[in-house]
Parts: sequence; structure tokens; C-alpha cells
Amino acid sequence: MQLTVWTYEGPPHMGAIRVATAMEGVHCVLHAPVGDTYADLLFTMIERRAGRPAVTYSSFQARDMGGDSGGLFKRTVAEAYERFRPQVILVAPTCTGELLQDDPGGLARAVGLPIPVIPLSLPSYQRKENWGAAETFYALVRGLAGRGQPGPRPPRPEGQAPSCNILGPVSLGFRHRDDLVEVRRLLDLLGVTVNVVAPLGASPADLTRLGAADFNVVLYPEVADTAARWLERTFSQPSVRVMPIGVGATRDFVAEVARVAGIDPVPALDESTLRLPWYSRSVDSTYLTGKRVFLFGDASHVIAAARVAQDEMGFNVVGMGTYSREFGREFRQAAEQYGVEPLITDDYLEVEARLADLRPDLVLGTQMERHVAKRLGLPCAVISAPVHVQDFPARFAPQMGLEGANVLFDTWVHPLMMGLEEHLLTMFREDFEFHAEAAPSHLGSAAPRSLEPADAVVSIQADPAATLVAAPAAGDASPSSSTSPSTPGVTWEPEAEAELRKIPFFVRGKARRNTERFAADRGLARITVETLYDAKAHFGS
Amino acid sequence: MAEATEGAVKTCDGVLRERGQQSVFCGLTGVVWLHRKIQDAFFLIVGSRTCAHLMQSAAGVMIFAEPRFGTAVLEERDLAGMADAHQEIDRMVGRLLERRPDIRMLFLVGSCPSEVIKIDLDRAAHRLNARHGATTRVVAYSGSGLDTAFTQGEDTCLAALVPHLPAAPADEGRSLLVVGCLPDVVEDQFARLFRDMGVGPVRFLPARGARDLPAVGPNTLVLAAQPFVGDTVRLLERKGATRLAAPFPFGAEGTTLWLKAAADAFGVDPQRFEAVTGPGQARARQALGRVRESLDGKRVFFFPDSQLEIPLARFLSRELGMIPVEVGTPYLNRQLVEPDLALLPEGALISEGQDVDRQMDRCLAAKPDLTVCGLGLANPLEAQGLTTKWSIELVFSPVHGYDQAGDLAGLFARPLARRALLKV
Repeated sequence: MQLTVWTYEGPPHMGAIRVATAMEGVHCVLHAPVGDTYADLLFTMIERRAGRPAVTYSSFQARDMGGDSGGLFKRTVAEAYERFRPQVILVAPTCTGELLQDDPGGLARAVGLPIPVIPLSLPSYQRKENWGAAETFYALVRGLAGRGQPGPRPPRPEGQAPSCNILGPVSLGFRHRDDLVEVRRLLDLLGVTVNVVAPLGASPADLTRLGAADFNVVLYPEVADTAARWLERTFSQPSVRVMPIGVGATRDFVAEVARVAGIDPVPALDESTLRLPWYSRSVDSTYLTGKRVFLFGDASHVIAAARVAQDEMGFNVVGMGTYSREFGREFRQAAEQYGVEPLITDDYLEVEARLADLRPDLVLGTQMERHVAKRLGLPCAVISAPVHVQDFPARFAPQMGLEGANVLFDTWVHPLMMGLEEHLLTMFREDFEFHAEAAPSHLGSAAPRSLEPADAVVSIQADPAATLVAAPAAGDASPSSSTSPSTPGVTWEPEAEAELRKIPFFVRGKARRNTERFAADRGLARITVETLYDAKAHFGS
Repeated sequence: MAEATEGAVKTCDGVLRERGQQSVFCGLTGVVWLHRKIQDAFFLIVGSRTCAHLMQSAAGVMIFAEPRFGTAVLEERDLAGMADAHQEIDRMVGRLLERRPDIRMLFLVGSCPSEVIKIDLDRAAHRLNARHGATTRVVAYSGSGLDTAFTQGEDTCLAALVPHLPAAPADEGRSLLVVGCLPDVVEDQFARLFRDMGVGPVRFLPARGARDLPAVGPNTLVLAAQPFVGDTVRLLERKGATRLAAPFPFGAEGTTLWLKAAADAFGVDPQRFEAVTGPGQARARQALGRVRESLDGKRVFFFPDSQLEIPLARFLSRELGMIPVEVGTPYLNRQLVEPDLALLPEGALISEGQDVDRQMDRCLAAKPDLTVCGLGLANPLEAQGLTTKWSIELVFSPVHGYDQAGDLAGLFARPLARRALLKV
């Protein structure tokens, strides 16, 4: 057993519903107890779907268990078919259904429907949502795409445009709707036709045509990787695996598509609407240089974002992590490039501890990190699912392609202080309006602030990191523990504390950490002004 | 299809009973408001990732406030052997109580998976009480979808507390026990009204602190504040308490009748009752008067959710002039809602249980002016042109009593006002 409050991913059947709901003519029937229908509201509320998701539940209760829960499931399958008339039915148990003796696949086949029934094996006690989506998509592709020809693909006929499938976008996917528009635009400019987009918007009939494309674009490996590998083997279709997030990756994506398709990449590189490179070079962005950034999310979004952060924004990647255990190997390799220790975990407390330890200048993560960052008073932007309703925006907001790069620049810089604002704050930090505790105006009341400049000097502000370390389990920030230093056994002299407060706040956390470490290493119980400057000299900053 | 008709039976009492897909929460969701009420309790759900995901979805932003609940997620190895599961629970509880020494009551909450694999949480609670009982009382109950729908989770929780309630002092005389979670502000309002009438002592179940379990005995009169606490009331009756029948305290009328039931049982002089409740009644009527025009004559359809549907339909029809078309309830506890049922106008279809697809068909055919339903159905029905009020808000907002009557009416009026307002 594992104690959980937040979960980065739902159970695997959530993934199955996300695939079925993304498609046309596919319906999912789940052998599930009353209450599992809660999943519906993620689609209707978070994604704001106007229709109900493509799923029916058998809704068994205690009284069904001793009796005929199998009969109930068969009835549910039959009625779902009658009502929705899908072309394919997916059947699976949810976690409780998995514990029953019923076999949803066998029971559904016994109903004798005139359409394909695809049973899904979703081990709920081992696997999670993304795995469920990948497995469901793979089962559909494998069940419907037909048989390929052995051996290499025959060359494309002369004069025929190259074609590809776009694989991976699903329901409840972070920015999948708009990413698809951007990627289609890139392919269009290259003269590559799109054969099938799947799962999003595809019908079972579309899946039977997958083999006709020359290659596959794997947009979201978390969903599409398993299916793409099968298509590689079955139809000898090569896969483009560059995720076009950021300028460099978009250019690489175009080059890779061109290479795989055997065409000229130039037309797609019309960068007249691309603003990230100039914005990043403009002098106001100088202040972004070396900002310490921590990234967390699904593996592919974090890997892609790390490159943008370092190469295109000039940040310093000080930590990266993912909850996608399936991509642990790829993730470790990526983390190695930045010389950081990868954090592969689905325990938000570990992420929180790492954040409290690193005190980055910017957190790029999921909605969980957004809340942790808020508590720690750190700026944060969202780069990956799970996300809440505000990250299914009405406006066009892709992450991919050229417009996606523009969106990334705005989204990531916004929570940080703008260069000029930061400069003014540092220059006039003892001033009434620009006192040392002023938070970036965008963060509102997130960071601690004192109203009078005098307070800023005499009061010792709460250090959220200290609170976390002092009470890692309780989490309820108790005000009594808030003045203790982050290193136990080391006390700050009031004078040293006041001196520390004269250091610009964006390096103050680091100065505090370094000084405490310096003191602890030397067995000093009290930190004086001398200790502070000794530590500064020792660490060279 | 032959089976198609099996699910729906209209019984001789005029209630439509349906079986089929149910679009309701399970009882685990009760934890979301119960943990706010009992301030030193922790709710440890023993379940699957689905349970944790449900709690996260139901609790919304609350999940980020470091709440006093969590899920012990069963893993593959836990399914292998029972002895292991009990050791795991002990280990987890030990760690939890070490980290949260402020916890005075720990609820082990059963889920569908824990019940199917028959983890005996009652036995676990008994064993853990022997170890931690001096500081923390451990109580087990079920919130699984197999046994409970939504608010029934509160009933199973409170029912599990009943055996732990102390006996009322023999020389005490009559006391009043109000059963069902109420927001603190509402609880305080009721406590003041009872005090001013001279009704007392008054106790509340659940109490705000785990140490303040209300006493109960043969002289205890039980007044249910929520329609979903049927099992709890039954167990209290078994302890000798007497149930007072009354409509539920929604609106001016409901609140007055509810208070009256207690006042009569305590022999409160009618003049005094009028003097104490008069100002509240007047304020409630005034507040309702402002909303009445926008709801009068409008047809309302309730999907089953919380068992609040029948009392709310009564309130909407009698005090605001709405016309109930269908009133769905996940479970019809006749004993508790009889007074409300008696006040419902003729012509409303009462349905118990659900086949959600058929009910959607009925709803779309009826074209009600306002549909009260869960969040999974609200947007799809809006997209079909219906105006909806999502029902969960009715459980989380203060809606009982005189001074919330206007707010309660406002919850139903706002979606209609919004539809009228939007020009796009």
C-alpha cells in the first residue's frame, strides 16, 4: 500500500476512456461499481465537452455480487450497443471489476454483437492512466489496421505527395487540440498529406487505413509509442519521434519529416511569425540568463521543455523529474545532458522536498507543482498534464510548432519578474514601494510581503522551506515553526538575519542555504554577520 | 430488447424504481465535507488508484490544502495475501499517527476493492484501537460504491460512530440530538434558536471535535437535519432514542416545521415559539420574495444525487412556485422523507435508482426549465438547450435554515438568470 493524496495519473481505464472519447464510433463498456462514473466529469468539466464521454458502466452494487454480475455486464453491453450503435466496442473491467471472476471479453463476445468487440487488459494495480491509453490505442490499431506486407516498403509512386499518420492526440490531452493545428500547418507547408490522425477524431474505418501512409508522426509518445512500434514492424513505416516543442525541436522536426519523406525542408521554415528568438535576444530578457529552473511532468513534455529552457530562454536547468516510469530510460539520458539528477517518482511529497531543497527561480510543472510552488512562493508555469480547467483555454494556445514557441515564451516569462521591474526592485529595494519583500506583481499575494519598510528590517519572515523541513508530514504550515532556520541546530543572530535581508531576494534563498551549510560544516551554532560574509567568500558568490 | 424493460418497474406506490447505469458518486466523497466538520479526524481510505483519483476530482482545489484524508492505494502485492494487507494497514496507520499526532479520530474507510477482497477493516480498527486507542480512536466504515451512493457515505460514517456514543446521564431529562453534517454557521444558528426556545440540551452528530461525541439515551429525541442519515437514526433508535418526524429545514416553511417538531416535543409554548422564530421567518420570506418571480411557474427536473431532492422539490414548489416534473433520488428512505413527500404537489414523478440513459431521454422529452443534475451531465444537457443547476453545490453550500433560504433559492435562480442574460 502507498499513502496517496495527489495522483499524477488516474487508473488505466481512464486512459481507455480518453482514447474512446477522442474517437468517432468507438464506445467503451466498463465492468465497474456504482461511483466509477465520476470520471465523466473530467471530460465534461475540465475539457468542457458538450457531450458525454464514450463510456457506459455496468454500475454493479453489493446485491449484484452474489448473483449475476456477469449477466448485468452482458445486459450493459447489449444496451450500450443498441443506444450508441458504435462500430467497435471496447470492454474492460475497472479496478474492482478486475477482482471479480467475470471475464468482460468472454461475456461481451457471448452477446453476439455484429461489430468487433475488443477486450482490454488493464492491470489496475500495476499500471496507470497513460499506460492504459497507450494499451487501448495499441489494441485498437492492432485489431483494426489489418496485416502488412513483410519486407521493406515499396517506393512511393512518382508524383504522389508523401503521406503520414499523426498519432497520439486524445481527449483530455494537454493542448492536444491546438498542437494538432500547428503540426498540420507544418506538414502542409512541407507538402506532406495527412492520411489519418488518431485517436482524436478517427473512426475505426480510419484505423484500417493506417497502413497506407508512408510514415508516422508520434506526437505524444505516452499514448502512441506502443502502437507506432507495432506499425513500424507491421507496415515498415518509419516514425518521426521529434516532439516539435520549441524552436530548435520544431526545426529538427521539419528536417526529420523531410528526411523520412525524402523532400525539401525549406518551405516549412517560414519563420516570419516566430517571435521567441527575438524576444529572447531583446535586452529585457537579459535578466532571464541563468534563472534556475526545475521541470516536472510527463517524460516527453519535460524533456522537450528542458531544451527550450536552456537553449532558447537561457535558463539554467537545475532539476528535472517525471512521473512517467515507462520512459525512465529516455528520461535519465536527457537528464544526463543537463548534469542533473533525474527525479522519477509519482509521489508529490518527493517533488515538494526537491523543490524546497533546490529553491529554483522558476518551476515548470503540472498543476500539482503550481500549488506547491504557490505555497513556496515560487513562480511557476504549467507545461504538462495533469492540468486543471484553466489549461484547456478558449484561445489558440499550442505548445508545438512556431506559434507554440511564442506561447511558451509568454507563458514562462509571465510568472517571472520582467527585467525592468526586477531591476527597479533591486535598485530601490529599501524604498517604500520597492521593498525587499515585494513579490512579482503577477504573483499577487503569493510571496510574503510586509507593508512598512521598517517591518522588513526588524521582522524575521517565514521561510516556507523551513516550514516544510520542520513539519514534513503535517504540511499545515504552523506559524510557530516558521522562524526556525532550514538547517536544524543553527540559529541566526538578529543582526545577521537583518543583513541577509539586504541581499536581493532572488539570491537570498541560496545565500541562506549556503551560509547554514557553511555554519553546520564548521559546527557553528550561531550565524553572525561575519559568518554570512565568510560563507559568501567561501562559496564565491 | 427483452432485457431493456427489466430495469424499470413502476411500483404500486407510484414510485418509479430503475436499475441500470448510475451516474452518481460513491460514498467516499462524503469524506470531502466530513473531514472539514470533524476537525481532528483523519480519513484513511483503503482502496485503489481509482479511489484516490475520485477523491482528487471531487475535492477539486481542496486537495491542495493538505487535507486530513488520504488513500492507502492497494498494489499488486497487497492482493496476494490477507495477512500482508493487515500488516500494511498497521504500518501505514502507525506512520500516519506518528506524523500527525494531532489526530484524535482515525476513520478507516472501506472501498469497493477493499470489500471485494474482504479486508476486514472492522477487525483492523479493533486491533488498532488496542494500540492507539489511548490517544486516537479508530473507527471503520464503508464508503464503497457497492454499498453507498454519495451522501450515504456520511450515513455509514455516522452510523459507525453510534456504538461509541456515551450514554446520556440518567438524571438528565430530555435532550435533543441533531443528526447530519451542517456547516458551522448553520449549526450555530440552530443552536441559538433552540436555546431561545428553551429546548435543550442540544447536541450535534457529528460534533466538531472527535472528543465531543454526543451522549445518547432513552430520553434523547433525534431530529434528522439531513434526509440521508437513515441508518444512523435507526441505530440511535435501537439505543432507545426517539425520532422526531419533520420536513427538512429548507426554506421558511421547512425550517419552521422542523423547529416546531422539536419545540412541540419539548412542550415549548406556541407564543414563545412564534416570538423566537418570527424574525427568522420574516427574513426568509423577504429573501425568497426577491427570487420568487424568476422561479414561479418554472418546471424543474431532478436527477438522483444526494437524497436532498425530495425536500428541495418540496421547497421549490411550495415556497417558490416551481413545478416538479420528475424528482429522482438515489435511495428513497420513506421513513425520513415522508413529511416532505406529503407536501409535494400531485403530478410529480418520484423515481428511485437510475438508468441514466433512459432518464436523459425522459428529461429531454420533458424539456424542463431547470434540470438539477451532476457535473457529468450538466454540460451535455446545456449543450442540448436545457438550463441546469449542478447538484453537488447543494451539498457543499450552507443551505439549511432561515438565513440561508434566500441563498438556496438563489442557487436555482442564477442559471436561469444567466441564460436570459447571455446574448451570444
